[in-house]
Amino acid sequence: MIRRAILKAIAVPGYQVPFASREMPMPYGWGTGGVQVTAAILGRADVLKVIDQGADDTTNAVSIRRFFARTSGIATTTRTTEATIIQTRHRIPETPLREGQTLVYQVPIPEPLRFLEPRETETRQLHALAEYGAMHVKLYEDISRHGHIATTYAYPVEVAGRYVMDPSPTPKFDNPKMDQSPALQLFGAGRERRIYAVPPYTSVRSLDFEDHPFRVQQFDQPCALCGAEGVYLDEMLLDDAGRRMFVCSDTDHCEGRRADGHVGTGDAV
Amino acid sequence: MLAPGFADPVHGAQGTFRAVMDALARPGLLQPLDAGLKPPAPLTPELAALALALTDADTPVWLDAGLADSPEVAAYLRFHTGAPLTDDPARAAFAFIRDPARCPPLARFAQGTPAYPDSSTTLVLALDMIANGERLHLAGPGIKGPTRIALTPLPEGFVAQLAENRAGFPLGVDVILTAPGRVAGLPRSTAVTES
Repeated sequence: MIRRAILKAIAVPGYQVPFASREMPMPYGWGTGGVQVTAAILGRADVLKVIDQGADDTTNAVSIRRFFARTSGIATTTRTTEATIIQTRHRIPETPLREGQTLVYQVPIPEPLRFLEPRETETRQLHALAEYGAMHVKLYEDISRHGHIATTYAYPVEVAGRYVMDPSPTPKFDNPKMDQSPALQLFGAGRERRIYAVPPYTSVRSLDFEDHPFRVQQFDQPCALCGAEGVYLDEMLLDDAGRRMFVCSDTDHCEGRRADGHVGTGDAV
Repeated sequence: MLAPGFADPVHGAQGTFRAVMDALARPGLLQPLDAGLKPPAPLTPELAALALALTDADTPVWLDAGLADSPEVAAYLRFHTGAPLTDDPARAAFAFIRDPARCPPLARFAQGTPAYPDSSTTLVLALDMIANGERLHLAGPGIKGPTRIALTPLPEGFVAQLAENRAGFPLGVDVILTAPGRVAGLPRSTAVTES
């Protein structure tokens, strides 16, 4: 049943397919949608990687990876290049994905229009009519209030020129990676009972205006550990005095660069 | 004696699903499919594999005349899948077509509704051969660069029907093509033209 929902989701890119979400051995909000999608697609030949905010070594990532290793006997990895299925919570790896890889997103609220229109019956109609004016008004109100579009995560995208989709709460920094990606992208929302998909080589356009084009975040300094520029950085608090360090959010990317001899300044700010 | 289903039900169904998923995600690319089934004729091993992997009691199944005329096929599908058979194509979640030349017009199958376009029929066609060839040119999501496939046999008026199906997007049927050892996908998002 979940597999049938995945097939329809691929056939109608960006459309949210309802499915009968199952009980999972974890609470809602911990990735029950992603776990169900991963469990529905994985097979003996797959190698699974799980990331949580870019990191392979946080509680959610470790427990989901161990859950699949124990229940399915599948091979797991922390390396993006070795994985065939990557389950993710709110990041897309910095290493470009390739054909044959599948990215499975854990999604809390799949409906991009939910905070504009709380009724599911109405948002269904808005999607059916491709009536997305309210979303543009929301972005415009950002501009009138802040001078720029202040939405920084879960930034709405238009998929294949038709459906407006919530890319899950990934930073908008990752939105450009979704466009024409060689990897298949599947989205599972367990509590909200929705599955949606972006096939490989599909246009994913972040909504914007001609005079306020979409822009991603910029960081002033490189990663303090590996010196990488043009990657998404996490702010790490170091002590009670408020000293901070900016390091790669993608731990595999950072470790790979350090293994290759790249060194950051190690400086706190 | 009833023919057996997948020797390994878990991995047989998973492998078949994965081939179909890849086929729909990359329309026109041929995916290998060897389920090792020996279903009663005229059901082909590929049609049987998709039926066993994807249908159950929740999915009304429509069979074309050649398949529906065979009590062995009905008994095989009923035992292994539990799926109810329907003779109304507009009610079918899946349609299995052994003889594509006599396939009813695509518009007669369930098209989905504007609010729920996923409630449309998925058609599974058994062809003699699918090849990377000259006849049909594909474009749309999941397709990188020029992609062409050749279908044998190509049902009469099929390309015009697919164009009509594409014009109704996001409504429309999704087509899964099978041939011995192979599966390919033509989801409703794919624009098919004759070259």
